[in-house]
Amino acid sequence: MAVLSSPAPPSRRRREGLRALLWLSPWLAGIVLFFGYPLVATVYFSFHRYDLFTLEFIGLENYRYFFRDQRAHTAIGNTLWLVVFMVPAQVLFALGTAQLLTKLKRGAGFFRTVFYLPSLVPLVAGTVSFVFLMNPSSGPVNQFLAFLGIDAPDWFGDPSWSKPGLTMLALWGIGNTMVIFLAALLDVPKHLYEAAAIDGAKAWRQFRSITLPMISPVLMFSAVTGVIYALQYFTQAMVASRVAAGVTDSPGTSFVPGYPGESTLTLPQWLFHQGFRDFTMGYASVLALVLFAASLALTLLLLRQFRAFTDTER
Amino acid sequence: MHRRFTPLAAIAAVAALALSACTAGTESAAPLTGRQASQKAAQPQTVELWHGFSADSEVKAFEDAVAAFKTKFPHITVKLTKGVQDDQIIQAIRGGNPPDIASSFTTDNVAQFCKTGMFQDLMPSIQADKVDLNVLPAVVRSYTEYEGKRCVMPLLADAYGLYLNTKLMDGNPAPKTLTELADLAKKLTKRKPNGDIEVAGFLPSVQYYENTPSHLGPMVGGKWYNADGTSAIGSDPAWKQLLKWQKELVDWFGHDKIEKFRKGLGQEWSDDNPFHKGKVAMALDGEWRNAMIKNSGIDLDYTTAPLPVADDKPGLYGSGFVAGTIIGIPKGAKHPEAAWQLIRYLTTETDGLVTLSNALRNVPTTSAALQSPQLAKDANFQTFLDIFSHPKTNTLPAHINSVFNQDTFTTFIQKWEQGKVKDLDAGLAEVDKAINDKLKLAGG
Repeated sequence: MAVLSSPAPPSRRRREGLRALLWLSPWLAGIVLFFGYPLVATVYFSFHRYDLFTLEFIGLENYRYFFRDQRAHTAIGNTLWLVVFMVPAQVLFALGTAQLLTKLKRGAGFFRTVFYLPSLVPLVAGTVSFVFLMNPSSGPVNQFLAFLGIDAPDWFGDPSWSKPGLTMLALWGIGNTMVIFLAALLDVPKHLYEAAAIDGAKAWRQFRSITLPMISPVLMFSAVTGVIYALQYFTQAMVASRVAAGVTDSPGTSFVPGYPGESTLTLPQWLFHQGFRDFTMGYASVLALVLFAASLALTLLLLRQFRAFTDTER
Repeated sequence: MHRRFTPLAAIAAVAALALSACTAGTESAAPLTGRQASQKAAQPQTVELWHGFSADSEVKAFEDAVAAFKTKFPHITVKLTKGVQDDQIIQAIRGGNPPDIASSFTTDNVAQFCKTGMFQDLMPSIQADKVDLNVLPAVVRSYTEYEGKRCVMPLLADAYGLYLNTKLMDGNPAPKTLTELADLAKKLTKRKPNGDIEVAGFLPSVQYYENTPSHLGPMVGGKWYNADGTSAIGSDPAWKQLLKWQKELVDWFGHDKIEKFRKGLGQEWSDDNPFHKGKVAMALDGEWRNAMIKNSGIDLDYTTAPLPVADDKPGLYGSGFVAGTIIGIPKGAKHPEAAWQLIRYLTTETDGLVTLSNALRNVPTTSAALQSPQLAKDANFQTFLDIFSHPKTNTLPAHINSVFNQDTFTTFIQKWEQGKVKDLDAGLAEVDKAINDKLKLAGG
C-alpha cells in the first residue's frame, strides 16, 4: 500500500511519459498531419486570395465577403434545417425501429437484415433511385399516391418538399444507427424492467426511466455524429439536385447547385463550389472555418445537454 | 527564453514552408522556340494527351486524327487518355505530374487557366511558327484568350440553333422573331384535358436542357460584361427584353405545368431526348444533335434554322451562340515542344480539323476547314456552319468568374420564372452587384 501511494521518482515518471508518448505517436502524428496542419493552413489561406496556384494577402476581405454572400447564408439556413429536422428524425426513427425489433418474437433476424440493407446501398445509387421513384410524372410513389386520390408533391422539384424528400432518403438509410441502438437496447438488464413492472410502471414510464438513461451514451453518440454528418451533408443533396434538374455540363452551360431554387444548397456544397469551381480557395477556407466552428459549437452544446440530462437522471 | 524560442521558431519555419509548399506547382518548362524547339521536337518522344471524349465513336475519331498526325511526325508517339474532366487536369497540374496536352469541353475556365499560369502561354510558339490566328473567327479568339494571353487553342466549336420537328410544325415556317416563336409555341402546344402539357411547341424554361442564358442571349444581343469585366446584365436593356418575353410565355404555359412536363421528359443525351420523341416541336440545341439523331437510328423528319431574334433587331437573325472544346499545354508538361506540334496540327491543319469534324459532327474552327470540300455537309448541318460564320454570332467572353456569373444569372432567372421577382430592374441590379462583388474578391 505504502509503495502504491508514494509518488514515483521523477526519472521513472519521465520514462513512463515518454513511453506513453511513443505509443500515442502514430495517433499524434495523424492528428498533426491530418487535422492540425490542414486547420492552420485553412486559417492561413482565409486571409489570402488563393486560386489554387497563386497567393496574395488580402487581410479580412474574404471574411467581409462572407457577410455579403447571400448564397452562403442560404446554404447555412439549409444546413441548419437538416440539423434541426433531419437529425432528430433519423435518431427517433432509428430508435423506434430498433425498439420494435427488440419486441419481435419471430423473424427478428430477417427484419433486422431488411432494415439494415439500405445502408449498404452506395449513396449515389440510392439517391438516384430515390429521385426516380419519386418523380412527379413517372415515379411509382406518386403514381400510387395518385391512385389513392392523393395529390402528391413534386418532391425534388419543389423547394418546399426537397429537404423533406432528402430527410425521407436519410430515414430509409438508418441501418447503421439502428444497429447501434439495437445493441444498446439489448444490453439493458431485463431485471430492471421486471422490477419496474412489479412497481406498476407502464411502458412509457419504463422507457423514460430505464431505457433512456441506460442508452443515453449511445443516444449522445448518435446525436453528435448525426449533427456532424448533417453539417457535412454533400453527396445526396448534390446528386438529387442534379438528377432532378436533369441537366449536365456542356460548353456554355454550368450546373447551378441547390436545385430547386437553392433549396438543397448546403454549406459543404457551396464550399466545394467556391474552392474548386470558382477558384476562390481563400474564401472557401472562410466557409470551412465557419463549418468547423459550427461543428465544434454544436458538439459542445450537445455534450453539455447530455451531461445535464444524465446528471438529472442520476 | 532562448531555449523555448528555438523549437517554436523551427516549428513556425516548417509550418511556413509547408504552407507555401501548398501553393507551389511544378515550375513551368516553357516551350522552346525557333531552332532549339525544332531540334528538341525532332527527337523521338511520347506525348500524353488527356481529353474528355468517352463515347467509342468519339474516341475513335480522336485516334484517327492523331494517327494522321503520326504520319507527319513519325518520331512523336501520342498516348491518349479518354474521359478526363477539368478537375482531374487541375489536380494533376497541382501535383506536378500533368499530361503534355490537356483538352477541356468547357470554355468557362479559360480565364483561370491563363491568369494563374495553369496552362502555358502559347504566344511564343505561335509567333515562332508564324501561325496566323486570323484563320480563327474573332468570336472563337475571344473565348480562347484572356487579357491578351493565349494559353489554349480552339479544337472544335459548338454552334447553337433551332431544331424543328417537321411533322409537329404542321407546315408552319421557322419563326424568325421572338413574337413569331411565342405565337407558334402556343399554336403547336397540345394539352391534356386537365391542362397538363402533352406536346410543347417550345419550352421557354431556362432549366430546359440547352436553354441557358448564354445560349438564349444572342437572340436579343445580350451583353454580359463591360470592358472592365464588371457585369453589364443590369444595364443592358436586351436582357430585360428577353426576360419579359420569356416570362410571358412561361405564364401562358403555367410554371407548374412546365415543371411537371419537364420532369417527365427523357435524358438530354439519350435517345429519349424529347425532340427525338416528338414531345417538343421546336428546341434550342447544339449542332451535335444532328449526329445524335442520326446515330440513334430513329426516323425523325426535322429541319434546322437560326434562332429567332428580337423583333426590333432583325440584323441579328442568322447569328447564335458559339463555344467549344479547347486544348493547351499544362504547366509542368515534360514535352512542351512536341506537344505544341500536335496542338498546332489538331487546331490549325485543315486535314486534322476536317477529320475530327466529320467524325464528331462539331464545327471546325478555321476558315480553311470550313470551306474544305472534304468537310461533310448537309442542309441541317450547314445551318450551324452559317451561324458559326455569322459576323454577329456571340459567345461568353473569357471571365475570371465565368461559372459564378452564369450561376448567379441562371439562379435569378429561375426565380423570375417562378414569379418570385417583383421588380425586374432591382433584381438585375442585384445580379450585377453579386457579380461585381465576386470580381473584386477574385482580384479581377
